[in-house]
Amino acid sequence: MAKILKMVTQRLALGFLTLFVVSMIIFLGVELLPGDFAQEILGQSATPETVAAFRRELGLDLPWYTRYFDWLGGVVQGDFGKSLASRRDVSDLIGGRLLNTLFLAAVAAAISVPVAMILGVLAALYRNTLFDRTINVFTLTSISFPDFFVAYILILFLAVNWNIFPSISNVSSDLGFWEHVYRVILPALTLTLVIVAHMMRMTRAAIINLLASPYIEMAMLKGISRSRIVTHHALPNALAPIINVIVINLAFLVVGVVVVEVVFVYPGLGQLLVDSVAKRDIPVVQASCLIFAATYILLNLTADVLSILTNPRLLHPK
Amino acid sequence: MSEETRKTTGFTRREVLATGAAAGAIAAGLSIAPGIARAAPKKGGTLRLGIGHGSTTDTLDTATTTDLYMQVVGNACYNYLTEVSNSGELVPELAQSWDVTPDAKVWTIKLRKGVEFHNGKTMDSGDVVASINHHLGEDSKSAAKAILEPIAEVKADGKDTVVFTMKTGNADFPFILSDYHIGIMPAKDGKLIDPMSGVGCGGYIIENFEPGVRTTLKRNPNYWKTDRAHVDSAEVLSITDVTARTNALTTGEIDAMDKVDLKTAHLLARSKKVRLEEVSGTQHFTFAMRTDTDPFTDNNVRLALKYAVDREALVKTILLGHGVVGNDHPIGRSNQYHADDLPQRQYDPDKAKFHLKKAGLDSLKVDFSAADAAFAGAVDAGVLYKEHAAKAGIDINVVREPNDGYWSNVWLKKPFCAVYWGGRPTEDWMFSTAYADGVPWNDTYWKHDRFNKLLVEARGELDGSKRRGMYFEMQKIVSEEGGVVVPMFANYVMGVSNKVAHDKLGANWALDGFRAIERWWFA
Repeated sequence: MAKILKMVTQRLALGFLTLFVVSMIIFLGVELLPGDFAQEILGQSATPETVAAFRRELGLDLPWYTRYFDWLGGVVQGDFGKSLASRRDVSDLIGGRLLNTLFLAAVAAAISVPVAMILGVLAALYRNTLFDRTINVFTLTSISFPDFFVAYILILFLAVNWNIFPSISNVSSDLGFWEHVYRVILPALTLTLVIVAHMMRMTRAAIINLLASPYIEMAMLKGISRSRIVTHHALPNALAPIINVIVINLAFLVVGVVVVEVVFVYPGLGQLLVDSVAKRDIPVVQASCLIFAATYILLNLTADVLSILTNPRLLHPK
Repeated sequence: MSEETRKTTGFTRREVLATGAAAGAIAAGLSIAPGIARAAPKKGGTLRLGIGHGSTTDTLDTATTTDLYMQVVGNACYNYLTEVSNSGELVPELAQSWDVTPDAKVWTIKLRKGVEFHNGKTMDSGDVVASINHHLGEDSKSAAKAILEPIAEVKADGKDTVVFTMKTGNADFPFILSDYHIGIMPAKDGKLIDPMSGVGCGGYIIENFEPGVRTTLKRNPNYWKTDRAHVDSAEVLSITDVTARTNALTTGEIDAMDKVDLKTAHLLARSKKVRLEEVSGTQHFTFAMRTDTDPFTDNNVRLALKYAVDREALVKTILLGHGVVGNDHPIGRSNQYHADDLPQRQYDPDKAKFHLKKAGLDSLKVDFSAADAAFAGAVDAGVLYKEHAAKAGIDINVVREPNDGYWSNVWLKKPFCAVYWGGRPTEDWMFSTAYADGVPWNDTYWKHDRFNKLLVEARGELDGSKRRGMYFEMQKIVSEEGGVVVPMFANYVMGVSNKVAHDKLGANWALDGFRAIERWWFA
């Protein structure tokens, strides 16, 4: 256990270093984009005078390193600054959006992870049967289509033709829990279709891989039923790679769903980030990117810890 | 084009301006779709609009409003001094009447009495002066700074009167006060209390404002207009994806949307639950040539490029028929002084060749910068233009520019590029925004002495028929010597649920001149 704690601490420290580097890269990246906030906000109506007034007010006339270290100084004290556009605290602005994103990710995960695991186990159990092939073809098809296309197909049938679910996820904080779930069900189903194949195929492959090992053969010789062998003997040993794939997909659910957000008009973090980059609203871009980076770092760490817990041999790499 | 749009009012310009009633009368906009016939508006309901703009960086400060989302929200929660009515006339809003000196230099505006802001404060001259000053001064970052530039001084004269002194005569000044940037907001000690608060005199009070997502509004119980603000509440959603917007309309999630996808408009029109509404106003697309850069310094080259575009084909292909051809000047057919007798320029490769020869050239090769940020289909329009011009021996190389940063890096910088103009309600406003010598948006860097002289003269001229002559001549000059190809005027095409009713639609801007929320009702 002590070893795990040590590893977690080390990884967290490295994580902070990564976040620092990420924030620097993002800041420089946005600096390199043509045009700045004042020009983007004023758009076609920008004149040199109004742009200059805007820059003076927001301190955009200072050199980039001054602005970066000002921002970094604030972040170290827990202050993510104010949005250049609305002058609202970034934490206010992002809070609701982050909750929405996490909510959608949670609903999608709650549907997709069990479905993928069960299908994976069943596919391994009935390997090379018609069932196995059907599942494979279906999930691989759905992952091969771009996510907006899957979304449009779902909208066409479930919203336009049969009118079961709303075509846009118009959510607000005063909705009840189930109403909220109802309104995000279409984006959640879209995401499920997009990620299920990956997790399901990994589950199937990991289990099949183990089915050839001697201890499984032993179990078979003892006359244990196939389903019990798979669920009780093979699956626990196959968990490490499966967990890794699931976690990567969870991270995708948090950071990679901007297209689905746009199609369903869902007010999540992705849309906020795209808007902010387009307008060069750096404090918001930085905070969103740090959240995304932190999500990856933490989820990867979780995956490693869980893998080690299910397979302590991983603590001692050869 | 109906004859009706050409009619002028029976008044002389001076009478109209001086009485302040129904001043201006830019001819009626052209409502093409039938709409629902006049019936007494009913109260109640929640109007939900889906708008193809909106961003998380939006604010309620009208000074920085740039797109339809905040324009519609702004017109619901703020009132302005004047308003362009649905028939295109200038009508008083928070102003009650106005008076002008014969040189059109000093405008005295009487304010409506007893109008309250949402916060209960009574609107007076101090608020108006502060709201105007918000856009002026060195620290102003307002997009309206340029159009308010002619003001030399604005001051209150008692509680209910504001006096504007112009630097030079300006006969159209009250029109400018209807601009969506110039919302009237409450002030204290000569400064606006908070331009981002959304407190105005408008028919709707902001209940919840989530930039880039939604705005919810409820009816202002103290609204001074009795024949407006029919719905109890409104919800304005930002739905930038056109497919999502269309789905939301057909499944009843919203009651109206702007910017219908023209490629699928005929399919949407088949739906029994929704109808298409279309108005043709001043929105136009241009190909701007920098007249200070070779080869566009030579007017023959510019004329060659003007003759080398097949406008009918562009309207048919890019606008799918939802628009009309342009005549190389920015004045729309719904404008009061549109030059009808100016012959329509036709596609004529031979004439283009002729002018090319006159310029001493056998062939011409130019780069044309475009991006869909300029207008939807701008790149395709460029490619079509290339094909048309090839027949005249002109080789147009279409450069696809990034959408991102188009207005800061391409427009006003590249020698030849595609541009979008929302259009302006008056000739003077349009010309002095983009064609006068030295103004920041003169995207053709064009300088024409006669034109600039006429512009100033017409601005100070209160006699309608004299102005008409001047504006006709100016359109002719721009068309024949200007640096701009104006191939087409685009309609505003909207999708509206059959549950929604409205009067004749305003043609000055999309969604009933931005006023859908206070003008529309549920049938």
